[in-house]
Formats: sequence, structure tokens, C-alpha cells
Amino acid sequence: MLWETVIGLETHAQLSTHSKIFSGVSTKFGAEPNTQASVIDFALPGVLPVLNRGAVERAIRLGLAVGGKINRRSIFARKNYFYPDLPKGYQISQYEIPVVEGGGLTIRVGDVEKFIRLTRAHLEEDAGKSLHEDFAGMSGIDLNRAGTPLLEIVSEPDMRSSAEAVAYARSLHTLVQWIGICDGNMQEGSFRCDANVSVRPLGSDRLGTRCEIKNLNSFRFLERAIEFEVRRQIGLIEDGGRVVQETRLYDPDRDETRSMRSKEDAQDYRYFPDPDLLPLEIADDWVEATRQAMPELPAAMRERFVTDYALAPYDAAALTGGRDIADFFEAMVRHLPTEPKLCANWLMGEVSARVNRDQIGLGAAPVSAQALAGLLARIADGTLSGKMAKEVFDAMWEGGESADALIEQRGLRQISDGGAIEVMVDEVLAANPKSVAEFRSGKDKAFNALVGRVMKAARGKANPAQVNEVLKRKLDA
Amino acid sequence: MIGDALHRSTIADLSRLLSAREVSAVELAHLYLNRIDAHRDLNAFLDVRPEVTLAQAAAADARLACGDATPLTGIPVAHKDIFVTRDFASTAGSRMLAGYMSPFDAAVVENLGAAGMVTLGKLNCDEFAMGSSNENSAYGNVLNPWDKSAVPGGSSGGSSAAVAARIAPVATATDTGGSIREPAAFTGITGTKPTYGRPSRWGMIAFASSLDTAGLMTGSAEDAALVLNAMVGFDARDSTSIDRPPEDYTRSLAQPLNGMRIGVPGEFFGAGLAADVESAIRTALDTYRGLGATLVDISLPNAELGIPVYYVVAPAECSSNLSRFDGVRYGHRAKNYSDLTDMIKKSRAEGLGPEPKRRILIGAYVLSHGYYDAYYIKAQQVRRLIADEFREAFRLCDVIAGPVTTSVAFGFGEKAADPVSMYMSDLYTIPGSLAGIPSMSIPCGFGAHQRPVGLQLMANYFDEARMLNAAHQYQLATDWHRLVPPGF
Amino acid sequence: MSLSLADVARIAHLARIEITATEADRTLAQLNDIFSMIEKMQAVDTTGIEPMAHPLGGHQRLREDLVTETGRRETSLANAPAQRDGLFLVPKVIE
Repeated sequence: MLWETVIGLETHAQLSTHSKIFSGVSTKFGAEPNTQASVIDFALPGVLPVLNRGAVERAIRLGLAVGGKINRRSIFARKNYFYPDLPKGYQISQYEIPVVEGGGLTIRVGDVEKFIRLTRAHLEEDAGKSLHEDFAGMSGIDLNRAGTPLLEIVSEPDMRSSAEAVAYARSLHTLVQWIGICDGNMQEGSFRCDANVSVRPLGSDRLGTRCEIKNLNSFRFLERAIEFEVRRQIGLIEDGGRVVQETRLYDPDRDETRSMRSKEDAQDYRYFPDPDLLPLEIADDWVEATRQAMPELPAAMRERFVTDYALAPYDAAALTGGRDIADFFEAMVRHLPTEPKLCANWLMGEVSARVNRDQIGLGAAPVSAQALAGLLARIADGTLSGKMAKEVFDAMWEGGESADALIEQRGLRQISDGGAIEVMVDEVLAANPKSVAEFRSGKDKAFNALVGRVMKAARGKANPAQVNEVLKRKLDA
Repeated sequence: MIGDALHRSTIADLSRLLSAREVSAVELAHLYLNRIDAHRDLNAFLDVRPEVTLAQAAAADARLACGDATPLTGIPVAHKDIFVTRDFASTAGSRMLAGYMSPFDAAVVENLGAAGMVTLGKLNCDEFAMGSSNENSAYGNVLNPWDKSAVPGGSSGGSSAAVAARIAPVATATDTGGSIREPAAFTGITGTKPTYGRPSRWGMIAFASSLDTAGLMTGSAEDAALVLNAMVGFDARDSTSIDRPPEDYTRSLAQPLNGMRIGVPGEFFGAGLAADVESAIRTALDTYRGLGATLVDISLPNAELGIPVYYVVAPAECSSNLSRFDGVRYGHRAKNYSDLTDMIKKSRAEGLGPEPKRRILIGAYVLSHGYYDAYYIKAQQVRRLIADEFREAFRLCDVIAGPVTTSVAFGFGEKAADPVSMYMSDLYTIPGSLAGIPSMSIPCGFGAHQRPVGLQLMANYFDEARMLNAAHQYQLATDWHRLVPPGF
Repeated sequence: MSLSLADVARIAHLARIEITATEADRTLAQLNDIFSMIEKMQAVDTTGIEPMAHPLGGHQRLREDLVTETGRRETSLANAPAQRDGLFLVPKVIE
């Protein structure tokens, strides 16, 4: 039988606020255990929550970016369950009326575009952490993360493969960083996904029983966990078994998912409106002001790169894969408006390669967009050959000097003086009668050998196009 | 300097004596600490630390000396153990929090401290403020100073007994369904609950967040107004705190009652009302008529559903509010357990008493899957009907008057075995709590066994000043509030 | 309606309160008394009435996104039943 996979993702994006969602303590990562939690985060008797405006504003930005509906009135609810890293015994979340509903994202797998619908996005607080290193047979509880603002972004079950799920997650990951609401740091847990996975016979329109795989904090784990889970479910059904709805955990060491014992109880979260918090009202003018302050979104920018700069869609997509690369590209084009294609090629080629090699962000690149544009201008005006430009670029990367200064210092200026090239060509032709004879007898390879000799005589600085042209003219004469 | 009857003085009188330097704050502190010690059998106090009290009193004297005093500087106050305090243990009357030391003070404690009031200690109460007789405290019963075989009311039983016995001139208290007014009525003192949201809930150990309101036990309405001035105010730490400018609650006290319309709800005089209470209330209403007020018949048809509504809403909220008591970060942890879940279950089973457990279970049930709409939503809808009836009533009258309780204080053990009959004690106080309006109890006579009767006054949202005016004018015309139990 | 012993066991587990068989019996009787009192509110027609979650309407006030306090580990760990290295200790957490 042929099977179809159905996937929906619930993504938790940690919002990049300075302080927690309901207390005034910093959200910085990596502090000593329990030093970044206030009496509110510890849920001491008598404390009360007050909502952080910054968290709401980031939710509005997400809502605008995905074209969702921003509810002018939404409600905070308590999700009640006991867990030692959940200090109040309930999580403040949104249930019946979330801050954002609907909207969606366009993803691309290979050449195929697909629209993934969003169900909703709601604000909630994170829990603390249980540390399982052995403390005389006990676990340790660190509440630094408790109360960190999260936006839970829930998709419709619109994805049909692990590749689509990864494309969606990547696209959302790009977007939340693009609009400045999340730092996207997956190692630190700032962006993590729960995948709802089910399978059904191809052609069926009924959803199969789903399993939820929790806390996938890398795209690779997301992909592998889904692939394992799909195999597991199909295997189960084909062996005459059935899938049980449950929560599972992906174990990257064993590359498998397993049932979470702590979630065995049928959950009954007893949601009800939090009486400590009043309804969240978002005025139209707040939404409008936020809309005005929104950056151009990646999809719009991609379109613009194709139309305005005549870039290939693939290149335009790559250049809008992150705010940093897009900004870098736009800055280059601002300084070299005539050569968008050259800018794109160098950014995606030389610059990306070095940034990856050095494992730094584009922001930390030693060559600025303006400096790089300065170098490319010398290619465009014929001063440098591509090969020479690469040499200059290496030097710029190491030393941080401008292209023009390096060209001057190293005498790298390309010889484009027609007279000088004529002289060199004449000398080479005179010194290599054998190659000339071979070329005239039809051996095209001999032409390349002659070009090589001229370039050698010019110590690599002759303009290759001119050398070709002059050689050809003289040999044909 | 300190006469025999100084402890029977009003706060206004004590304030005058302090500012005239005829008595010092330290002397007052000693006076009340001695009285607390002499009347330990009442079991009103759970934590007394004379060194803390005397240090605060000395600081108050310093303020008085340098002219930096408020009218309350040097006046002693005791706090219900629902308010967390840095300097005294905060237990909420529960074994769960035995010895718990809070790293911060409740807003109400902060505010009164900032005014220069001197803390005498922490007052006994029903566990987590759940009860109507103080019999639910993990730390034992509080005796009613009028009759030690009678309950002092609850949940603020320590507060009511302390003020009735004049071992504290004023006590803070909290009211969720009647926990200020009922004990005030049972002990013959003035108990005042302001509008919900007017006092901050920051630092009040939560029972039912949408109902919990801080208030006061005092000897008179005038004293309540004076202390309320310092106690209430906007607090950005409490999202439900109301952002309104401060007001002077004493401003209308002296106004005559000519033309005031006092609404009398027929539903509060039904078959459940004991004859002795009814007779005292009717006499009080006659007094009001004599003072120039007009009595107006009003109707609150759904008020009697207050109790069913309350016993859905309050348990729902408390079941969630009390989840933090899991033995992980503070509070009681069981000694023997098999695993994590067992540790939490046993810690809660051992640390919480029967009444909180009962309400937590009711709350878990009404919120659980399949019952939410039938109970929780239904109750919140009926709650709105009740609140709307009050709004309608206040078109016809300025203040509502009626009984606080169906009977005078009952004896220990009389209702403890039957939760529903205990719950009915709050029949007349719960509707006002559900609406969130200000209300109070003032003493208006005695009933069976010479136990006090309380008259309930209720006013529209934020109309505390008018309610206090009605109470004060009654107290100018009568002496009930001046009577102190024999031996005190 | 009335509750069963199974209901009592279910909600006691949800609320994480250990309850003995004797307690469960007594609790069941009390809860049924209480619920028969609560049922009285079902008689009222509440069609179209908006549930009242707060006594006074209004909407949520927002706090500016500022760091206004620092963590207070010492004071907050001071009441911990079991702690080590700045962590609260609990019986092993199984995921």
C-alpha cells in the first residue's frame, strides 16, 4: 500500500525581549542556576503577573508578517498540570482566544512552492529546566528559563514530507529572525519544534492517529525524527497494529523516537481564564504603528530582486535567506548599482565560503559591503581580472585594506593598454613559431598555449579579453 | 500617662495622643504586646516578635519627633496571616507553610508600614482563608472574646477576635466571600471590605483571585476610613489593581443622612434569617429612618444563587492557585515517598487541611473536561446576573442595608461536620463579593446568648466614602461599637 | 447528577492529592452534598449572558520591557526543602 505522511508543526519561538513575560528579570541565557528568576518566577506565595508590552508587540509583528488576523482582544488562560519545573502548577498561556489567528507561509522544496496555513500563534511563558545529572538519585530544578516569553506558532497539518516540514521550519526560522522577534538560536532552545505526525493510505481524506514528537531543536533532528516516526507508524500498521496517540521524544544518539513516560496520563489541563490577568486589548493604532515599522519581508524582497535586479529566482531566494545576507547584498548594490548580478555571485560565492570557513556571521566579516563593492567596481571597469580580484579579496579579508590601496601597493593593475599588449603578442608569436604553425594547421589547443605565454610575459596582469582579441587578429592575418 | 482604658481608644484618639507626645509609639507597642500576652488563650496571634515590633515603634517615635509623621505613625496594627511579611512567618493558617519566611512584604503591609504603623504580629485565620469559623486553621481555634464557647467567625477570625478584645487597635483582614464581614459581625466590631481591585493583592496569599479583597477590622467606621486612606491605592504589580487617584475616605463622614436612600433587599429577610438577628437589624433600620434616611424596598432575586455560584468560582480559582504548593521550592515536603508524583501527592495530602483539599477537588472537577461549560461558565454567567442586579438596585438607592449573617456566632463544632451548612453562613455576604462592591459590617445589637449582631452596609463600586458615612452616622447615634467584651 | 468514587479518584489524581479509601468515601458524600447545592444555579436561564471573569471590566495593563529586578537566589532558596549547588532538588524526574 502507498502511504501519505501528514505533518503539522507547533513551534516555540523564544521572544527576544529584555525581560520576562510576567516579571522584570532579564531573559539572558547562561546565568548560574536560579539566579535569573524573581519571586514571580519562583511562584512564591503572594506574587502576581504583569504582562510585558515587548512580548505583545513581537506577537503583533509575527501576525502581520504571516498575514494573520490580530485579535483585538485575547485572553490569557491557565493550563494546569504538575511538573517540578512548572513553579505555579500552571502555565499561563492563551487558549480559546489567541493573539494571532490564521495566516501562512510559502515554502519551497526544490522548484515547487507551497503555502502552509497557520492555525494560530499565542503568547505563553516557558517552564524551567530539570537537570538529570545525579544529585544522590535526585534531579535538580533550575528556574532561570521559567517565565521566558514564548510565541507558540501552530501550523495546519499541511505538510506531506519531512522535506516540507524542514522547509517550513527553516522558512519560519528565517522569518522570526528577519522581523526581529527571536534570535533563532536553536542550541540554546530559542527556536524549537514539536511535530505532529500521522500516516494514512494515499488518497484517503481521513487523518490517521497522530503522535507528537516533542522538543526538536535542530532541522536535522526534525527531519530524522519525522522519517523515523513515519517508518515506525507504517511498520506498525502494516504489521496489523495500530498507532496510539501519544507524546514521543526523539533520541538523536539512537536515531529513534520513544514514548514519554511523564505524559502517559491522559491530560486534562483544566484551562480557564487567568483571573490575575485582564483581557489583552490591542488597539488599531498599535497594529498600524507596528505595521509601519515592519521591515520589507523576505517574500516581497525576493520578488523585488527578481524584477529590479534581474536575478534568477533561486539566487533571489538565497539572498533573502536571512536578514544579514539580504542587507549585505542591498548595501553592495547601493554602492555598485550597475552590477547586481556580480554582487550576488560574489556574495553567494567567495564571501559565503569564507564566512562558513571562518564560522563567523556576515556581520563579523572583515570586508564590508562597501569595501567589497569597491573591489567589484575594479572588475567592472576592467582594472582587475576575476582571478586578480580573488587575490585582492584574500588580502582584504586578511588585512582589511581597500581594494584600490592593495591594487596600488602590489602593482596589480591589469594591463589594458592596447599598444603594450600588441608588443607582447608580437614577441610571443616571434618566439614560438612552432605553436603558430600548429594553430594554423588546425590545432585549436595551440591558441590556449599562446594565450598562456602572453599572460606569463605580462605576469598575469594583461587583460585576458584583450589578449585573446589581439592574438586572434594577428594569427588570422 | 497610660490610663486603664487607653486600649479602648479609637485610632483618631491614639493619633492625637501620639502627635501631642502624650504617649509614645514604644509605650503603645508595649501596651498591646502585654495585652496580646495576657490574652494568649484567644489564640488570635500566630507570630509575635516583640523585638521587631519595638524596633518599628522606636522608628515611629523618631518620625514623630522630627515632624515627619502621618496620622497613623506609631499606631499598632496586626496582619492577617494571609499577607506575606518579611519580618514574621507567613503561614496562611496552613501546615503547608509552617515557618515560611517571605522575602518581601505584601503591598498592604508595605503601605501601612510606610505610613508609620507598627506591626504587632500575624493573626490566625482559616487555612488559606477558607472557612467561616476559623476552625479550619492548622494552628487551632480562635475564641470569640464575647463568648469563648462561640466561634469568632472566619476566615479572618484572628483579626476579629484581636480587635474585639482590643489586643490590637486595628487588624488587616481579607474577604473572599464574607471573611471580613461575618467575623466582624460575630465579634461586634466594624469590618470593612473595599471595592475589589482598590487595595492591591500583591503579597496576599491567593485563594480566589477574582474575589480576594483586602480590608480592615476596626473599632469604628471612622477608624476604618483613616486606615483605609493609607492602605489602598493603585499598585502596578497587580494587574487587577484599579488605577484611580487616591481619595480621602473620611471626607463624607460628617454628612447628615437626610435624603440618603437605603435599599432593603427583601431576599435578605427570608425564612433562613434568625429572629434575634432580624429584630436587631429592623431596629437599626428604624434608627436610620430616625437619622433622616429613606428606606427603599429593593430586590436582588438571584442573590440566593450566590452560594452555588461562589462554590464553583472560588474552588476553581483556588484549585489552580494552590497548585504551587507542591513541596518543590518551599513549604511542606513529605518525608516518605516512592517517586516524584508520590512526593507531590503526599506533601499536599499532609500539608493541606480538609477544607482546602475539598475545595481543590471541587475546583478540579468543575474545570475538568466535559464539566467546564456546565459549571464554570454557567457560574460566571449567573455571577454577572447577580452583579447586574446590584447595578440596578443602586439606581434606586445609595446604600443597601441588611443582615450580615443568618444567626449570631455559633458554637465550636456545630457546623464543622457539615460543609454545606457552614457554607450557608455566607448567604448574605457572598453576593456583594461576587459583584465586587464595597461592603461592611457594623455592630447593631445582641442576639441569643448575648452574642453580637452585625448590620451589613453595601455601596456601589468605589462608593466607599458614602458607605462609611452611613456607618459613621449610625455609630454617632448608637453605642454598640463602643462596647467591649467583659474582661477586655 | 452525582459523582462516583472513580470521579473522586480521578480529580484527586489531577489535583495531586493522595487520598485514602476512607477519605474517598467521606469526600464523595460531601462533594455530592455540595454539588446538589450547586445544581440550583442550573435553573436560571443564562442564554446570551457573557460570563463574568472579573468584577470590573477593563483590560490588561502592560509593563514596559525593562529589566527592573535581579534574581534573588539566596532568598528564594532559603525556604527550599532540599537544595544543592543552587538547584532545588526533587525525586528523579522521568521524561
